[in-house]
Amino acid sequence: MLSQLRPAIVSMVFFTALLGLAYPLAVTGLAGALFPAQAGGSLIRNQAGEVVGSEWIGQTFKDAAYLHPRPSAAGKDGYDASASSGSNLGPLNEDLAARIKGDAEALRAADGPGSIPADAVTASGSGLDPHISPENAARQIARVAAARNTAPAAVAAVIAENTQGYTFGFLGRPRVNVLTANLALDARYPKAQAKAP
Amino acid sequence: MDWRGWAEIVFTIALTVAVGWPLGIFMARVWAGERTWLDPVLKPVEALAYAAFGVDRSKGQNWLGYAAAALAFSAVGFVLLYLQLRFQNLLPLNPQGFDGLSPHLAFNTAVSFVSNTNWQSYAGEATMSNLSQMAGLTVHNFVSAGTGLAIAAAMARAFAADRGENLGNFWVDLTRTTLYVLLPLSIVTALVLVAAGVPQTLLANVEASTVEGAKQVISLFPTASQEAIKQWGTNGGGIFNVNSAHPFENPTPFTNLIEVVSLNALAFGTVIAFGRVAGARKEAKALIAVMVILVGVAAAAIYSAETLTPQPAMISAGISDAPSNMEGKEVRFGPAASSIWAAQTTGASNGSVNAMHGSFMPLGGGVAMFMIQLGEILPGGVGSGLYGMVVMALLAVFVAGLMVGRTPEYLGKKVEAREIKFAMLAVLILPLTILGFSSIAAVLPVALEGLLNKGPHGLSEILYAYSSAAGNNGSAFAGLTANAPWWDTTLGIAMLLGRFAYLVPVMAIAGAIAAKPKLQPTAGTLPSDSPLFVGLLIGIVLILGGLQFFPALALGPIVEHFQVLAAAR
Repeated sequence: MLSQLRPAIVSMVFFTALLGLAYPLAVTGLAGALFPAQAGGSLIRNQAGEVVGSEWIGQTFKDAAYLHPRPSAAGKDGYDASASSGSNLGPLNEDLAARIKGDAEALRAADGPGSIPADAVTASGSGLDPHISPENAARQIARVAAARNTAPAAVAAVIAENTQGYTFGFLGRPRVNVLTANLALDARYPKAQAKAP
Repeated sequence: MDWRGWAEIVFTIALTVAVGWPLGIFMARVWAGERTWLDPVLKPVEALAYAAFGVDRSKGQNWLGYAAAALAFSAVGFVLLYLQLRFQNLLPLNPQGFDGLSPHLAFNTAVSFVSNTNWQSYAGEATMSNLSQMAGLTVHNFVSAGTGLAIAAAMARAFAADRGENLGNFWVDLTRTTLYVLLPLSIVTALVLVAAGVPQTLLANVEASTVEGAKQVISLFPTASQEAIKQWGTNGGGIFNVNSAHPFENPTPFTNLIEVVSLNALAFGTVIAFGRVAGARKEAKALIAVMVILVGVAAAAIYSAETLTPQPAMISAGISDAPSNMEGKEVRFGPAASSIWAAQTTGASNGSVNAMHGSFMPLGGGVAMFMIQLGEILPGGVGSGLYGMVVMALLAVFVAGLMVGRTPEYLGKKVEAREIKFAMLAVLILPLTILGFSSIAAVLPVALEGLLNKGPHGLSEILYAYSSAAGNNGSAFAGLTANAPWWDTTLGIAMLLGRFAYLVPVMAIAGAIAAKPKLQPTAGTLPSDSPLFVGLLIGIVLILGGLQFFPALALGPIVEHFQVLAAAR
């Protein structure tokens, strides 16, 4: 075993230089040159150039004029993009039942008694899910349209533009990007006028 | 549950095998030292490596020498990684200014990555510096996979040998597999992932001012380069706490497909490469059939559990329109993509997740746990799955031999007492470690403090943790807070036993097999490429590997399932 010590130590140094430094740095360089936006985290900026979020990272929306995301277990208040986490509650956990019950009542108060899609009351695995299901979005149209003083059909159209279907017709699930949809709503139907007293 | 979900499951498994097949053919060439199209670039690097290591590439090793080299390499890797993590605060490339890891966490993490487990007791985005992720964890993602593949190569040569003892050279196998197979695959995959939305930057994080005016700190890392080898090398240690459920690690159904295929393809490829080197191509196909059948059944079972089990929490909130369990799952994936991933990642010893297994319905999480307990051979970790499956195949021909009263043979080698003793030794490591530690933890207050859920689900958290560690899987029922001295230490020991206490008897088997004469099959030989053998092997895997865990599972996921049914009524 001792005779193997030299190759063991030298090879570890060799592989660290090659795989731990050269490889990730080369990929970083190539990625930055070929796909700078994605490599940088697909950040979305406002007109002033300030970062408002990432296309892939959900954020909290509470205002009635916005589509609301799913419940989140990331960080203390949810959607903490430096503390990804699911709830990890088992199916019989009392905290899970209480949370779902409370969220369901809040949803019924906000958007009426219609049926509630599963994703609207469940926390995602990451706590940062940027998407909601189309059914979840549809359930919120009336509220958003009223808050923006616009027609439900107009809101539905914006949602449709920010909806992606199945990949290759069968992979994954259809989904609405909450952040991009809300930004599009703000751009087209600013809520400021709607909310003026 | 819908046709698209079933199509996604079938398509994913088929594509995984289809991608793995040519990779296996290529890897057999790499193991044999033949020319490849990558030679012009890599040959000089390879030559430089051997010169630096002081290794004569033409010099073979017997099983002891080979095992000693593998152990020495892992031991040195462990010590260096431990020191690097412990003192990352003193090293460069630490933009977030993270502290060094505590001794128990550094021990757990170093063992975890050296043993190809990649259990994470920590949340990556809140613990690891860029240097630790790149020059520490990413390196071991490569070389722990390379170590497993090298041992698979040695096992293949053992069956090809005729009264020999030369199993090849560990350093050559490690270097060639890493350079010619793992590195090119990772570079290409990483770039495809970046194109599809995975970040790759040395920036620590970006501060966003959200639409509603809150502050959101978005963690960024060189994610894609780690993601690629994490999947190809059946490692599974993510950059982020929630692994491939994180939208930065896995932003779309397309990246999900790439990742779930690369998770298992190379492990299937290892079987193909084994068949070519050992001169047993048909028999390799039989092993693949066993793996595909059991992974397919597991995926179907998890998908059914996640979409058909009634959910008491939903029912009591008056929500009837939600048949699928979405707690812990991402909208972009849904139950089908989460189920096939769960089956593939627990069948392999990968352990990356795209949904939280701890929030699966009881039978969904239970099947995932059972897949790990079957010994990580379906198709298992790269390399380790192959040699684990060969151990099972030896036991299968032994059992068949007992039934008809003949000396069993496998791939032209007589299977005798010595091999079976070592095989049993290897196979017993898993239940001993899993059930032993679990039974202690289940009554130890300091261990129970780490649990999030009570009752059977709490027992499942314990059982899953030790299964995952001993099986070198790395996934978790993540309600368990494992970063505490008890859990870090015992899980670390379980990982060591699962990897290295398994590896030594396996190498001894390889040595014994190599020394035997290569026989021609006779009329009395049980053909090991027939459907009969496939059925026999499935039976051995389930009965020998699985049955010993049944009493424990009955107290965890199975009883919880009936509680769920009762609560939903």
